[in-house]
Amino acid sequence: MKAFEQWVAFQTIFQREVRRYTRIWLQTLVPPMITTGLYFVIFGNLIGQRIGPMDGFAYMEFIVPGLIMMAVITNSYSNVVSSFYNTKFQRCIEEMLVSPMPNYVILLGYVLGGVSRGLAVGALVTGLAILFMDLHIHSLWITGLVISMTAVLFSLGGFVNAVFANSFDDISIIPTFVLTPLTYLGGVFYSIQMLPDAWQWVSKANPILYMVNAFRYGFLGTSDIPVGASLVLIAVFSAGLFAYCMYLLNRGVGIRT
Amino acid sequence: MSSALSIRNLRKVYSGGFEALKGIDLEVEQGQFLALLGPNGAGKSTTIGIISGLVNKSSGSIAVFGRDIDRDFSGAKREIGVVPQEFNFNQFERVADIVATQAGMYGLPRKLATQRTETYLHRLGLWDKRNERSRFLSGGMKRRLMIARALVHEPRLLILDEPTAGVDIELRRSMWSFLRQLNAEGTTIILTTHYLEEAESLCRQIAIIDGGEIVVNTETKTLLQRMNTETFILDIDEPCEAAPAADGYAVRKIDSTTLEVDVVKDQGLNQLFSQLMTQGIQVISMRNKANRLEELFVSLIEGNGATTAEP
Repeated sequence: MKAFEQWVAFQTIFQREVRRYTRIWLQTLVPPMITTGLYFVIFGNLIGQRIGPMDGFAYMEFIVPGLIMMAVITNSYSNVVSSFYNTKFQRCIEEMLVSPMPNYVILLGYVLGGVSRGLAVGALVTGLAILFMDLHIHSLWITGLVISMTAVLFSLGGFVNAVFANSFDDISIIPTFVLTPLTYLGGVFYSIQMLPDAWQWVSKANPILYMVNAFRYGFLGTSDIPVGASLVLIAVFSAGLFAYCMYLLNRGVGIRT
Repeated sequence: MSSALSIRNLRKVYSGGFEALKGIDLEVEQGQFLALLGPNGAGKSTTIGIISGLVNKSSGSIAVFGRDIDRDFSGAKREIGVVPQEFNFNQFERVADIVATQAGMYGLPRKLATQRTETYLHRLGLWDKRNERSRFLSGGMKRRLMIARALVHEPRLLILDEPTAGVDIELRRSMWSFLRQLNAEGTTIILTTHYLEEAESLCRQIAIIDGGEIVVNTETKTLLQRMNTETFILDIDEPCEAAPAADGYAVRKIDSTTLEVDVVKDQGLNQLFSQLMTQGIQVISMRNKANRLEELFVSLIEGNGATTAEP
């Protein structure tokens, strides 16, 4: 397949993904706004005023980056896992397998679809945050880079989950039992400096902590973790997952007999 | 004439150890209309799955218009359009989007994809349904949608896996007419079907697969010439007590006004009619008892005795 044809095929998959989640916007774009809006109201405004400052910032300011990140992680992951699993379930994955598209085009199309939903939800939630506080961004390019890289990483994670999923239960197990706990324990609502040393070390084994802190640095200019280390970690995980996804696709795991 | 599809020693062993294909060879010339017949579990869908990239082969080689699938699978796939047995499109997408998206997956630019989508939706009689969600289409329309989708990149080899299963007679006839026209335009067609009348009517070549082996691969007319005996049903004017005797023919009584007679190839019917006339029996009408190809198919499969269950 020529480069131009591959580009057309990539656009086709990407546009189909965007069409899919915008068609069902009530299920994909609105719920994260409601959930995050409730966090802003309850933890930011009501409880946050009693908690006082965190790392020198108002509690609302401190939690907003983590909550945006949480929405991006959840949505980029769930977009790819549900969309790709559905193509398996409805057997329309065969449309892609009989076509001459290289496997990496399929993967990139799905990943960019997941990233676009993650970033769309991130933008909507950020817009919502502006209603509750004056939003200051310390470094726009770090904010953009971290959120984009994180969306790529979790889109890839969603793809792996979908490849192995054999039922609708299988696509909700990882988000429920792994992603949500790791996100809550990833420093969204607190600074790990508040924890005893031993728990700080345990927390540092949680990759989401690095992403939340790097993203918070983009907003506030403060982080529990060096930003460079976070970026390297996200890049290494993403490269590893991309290679693994390609291996699965080339072997036909979960998609070919 | 050069080859549209060349299969050499193709084997497929599933992970459980079931050998679905036992080293089949099949040659399909360009412009051919081939029926691939066989009982359930014979290996038809496995063969089609391997050709189209849905099933990994265990060994052997396949070339599509000279392009080996191991060396140039992408090039080979461009030449193939596949209409699967089961509906495999997104039930929530619009008809036109399904066809145009498939075009995009073959790298067709948006403008060309839109033109082709319009062309094939018109040809398959689905243009009026272009904005419908696919799940609201009737069964026959869904089949036609899959054909339109398979043709949108204009493949030179079209493979249809039981395309008329569950389709009413009128629609089946119109689908046959469309496939004949497509074949006349130069598209090589491979068709699997359980309707042997369909194979006899449409296809110039027939391959029969059973137990993972090709047991017959020949021209349809050559295959039909193998039939030695045909059975006819005769409706007679007056009731008879017993089956009349006719020299050289096995005549059986079905009911008082219906007879059944076996006629050996080249024996002719004139002798039979004149013998019945001498006994005062007038034949009002006559018809074949069964589809000739169906009889032959059953005898071949029973003779092979290799039919196995689906993996």
